Amino acid sequence: MAVQKPFRPRIPAGLAYALHAVLATNRFYRWLAAYVERRPRLYRWFTAGERAAKERLFGCRMCGQCALPATGYACPMTCPKQLRNGPCGGVSADGSCEVDRTLRCVWLTAWDRAESAARGSDLDLLQRPVDNRQWSRSSWVNYWQGRDETIAVAYSGADPHPPMRTAPAPADRAPADRHRAER
Amino acid sequence: MSPDGGLRAALASDRFVVTAEVGPPRDADPDVIARKAAALRGWVDAANVTDNQGANVRMSSLAGSVLLRQAGVDAVMQLTCRDRNRIALQSDLIGAAALGVRNVLLLTGDHPALGDHPDAKPVFDLDGVQLVWTARTLREEGTLLSGKPLATRPSWLIGTVENPFAPPAALRARRLAKKVAAGAEFVQTQYVFDVDAFARWVARLRDEGVTDRCAVIAGVGPIRSLRMMAFLTGQVPGVHVPAELERRLRGVPAHLVEEEGLAVCVETIQRLAGIPGVRGVHLMAFGRDDEVPDIVRRAGIRPDRAPTLTPAALQEGRQ
Repeated sequence: MAVQKPFRPRIPAGLAYALHAVLATNRFYRWLAAYVERRPRLYRWFTAGERAAKERLFGCRMCGQCALPATGYACPMTCPKQLRNGPCGGVSADGSCEVDRTLRCVWLTAWDRAESAARGSDLDLLQRPVDNRQWSRSSWVNYWQGRDETIAVAYSGADPHPPMRTAPAPADRAPADRHRAER
Repeated sequence: MSPDGGLRAALASDRFVVTAEVGPPRDADPDVIARKAAALRGWVDAANVTDNQGANVRMSSLAGSVLLRQAGVDAVMQLTCRDRNRIALQSDLIGAAALGVRNVLLLTGDHPALGDHPDAKPVFDLDGVQLVWTARTLREEGTLLSGKPLATRPSWLIGTVENPFAPPAALRARRLAKKVAAGAEFVQTQYVFDVDAFARWVARLRDEGVTDRCAVIAGVGPIRSLRMMAFLTGQVPGVHVPAELERRLRGVPAHLVEEEGLAVCVETIQRLAGIPGVRGVHLMAFGRDDEVPDIVRRAGIRPDRAPTLTPAALQEGRQ
């Protein structure tokens, strides 16, 4: 496994937010996701298409639980530490990544892009751990079926310590769960 | 301070807290920890035991923490996400509680590419925020991340780290606020060489009410040589030495740099003690743990300790 390299998105943040609006969950997409997921060959083609598009635009690693809408569309999985909750303390004063000083920290890119769209507060969300069973699966299919609803949670004065666990855990509804040995 | 006092008691009181750092040895010699503990005992409220610092293999922080506690110093066990997945992290957190470790410091950790095994697999199954959140889940909800219950819950104090000087500056206070939401009760910072920038960061924390819920302990350490300054700025991720300080250290004759660096460290501590919201200092003496008592004494932050331990008594304690 090669070390991830911070990736600079190839489309501006504004366009990415606009694309998200086009792809936002509705009844049709929900139906489409369920339809695709029931057909393994179609699911493979669909996922390959998603991979091709998102890899090219965002350096997507296919974690299957897309964080892009909350990170100014800069992919945190291209951080060498795959941090989901913001930049580490090793960012140099010039903004470069501690692992590769020739590259800009992906979280700095995320911060600038989110701020430019007045979405900086997205970075305050507490991002829950990645479900590692979802790698190589379609995040669009997961998103349209509502499985991403619990990947992040906001804290507030009224709820200063949101629970880490969700009930039922989003993963328990995911199809990969069929293979879980321990019940 | 005996372990019976320790960090929790110190933070519960309103005095200025002092913590230090103990780097475990690269071998199986338990006496190294005992010797370092002897130098610190009575001068610090607790000492961190680093977790393979800089991604270089050392004795485990869990073993080091137990040895440190046996030697009479309250241990803060550091635990990073670099080398363990969520199963191993929870296991070590539970194990630490069972062995009497009363404070944990949870962090993401340096990337293996920077250490002595750059060929190692970087794990980072969780990030630092999620690890803090995990610890809080174990302690407050009494469950694993899987939901399985813990009959006996751990009771350690949960700490974390933050670097107030790394960009983006505007995000750094909010990032700590997020870690506090996840469960951090104290934070130790990266080296503070730029006190004004640090004070601005603490002011933002105060404004957001973070300092009421999380004790801020500022990282400090003496720069002993120009070589060390070059190392700190060039090799250690996230350390920032302001130009003004660089000029000051370059402005003295070579044989006086060490003394000047020490003086800067003492002044820094005194200035930090005057910033509302700063609860203490974390002294990182770069392997020279024997310097810690001297710095503490000169800074005058532990008047309760100053007269009782003479260098001779320290020498005795070391044997």
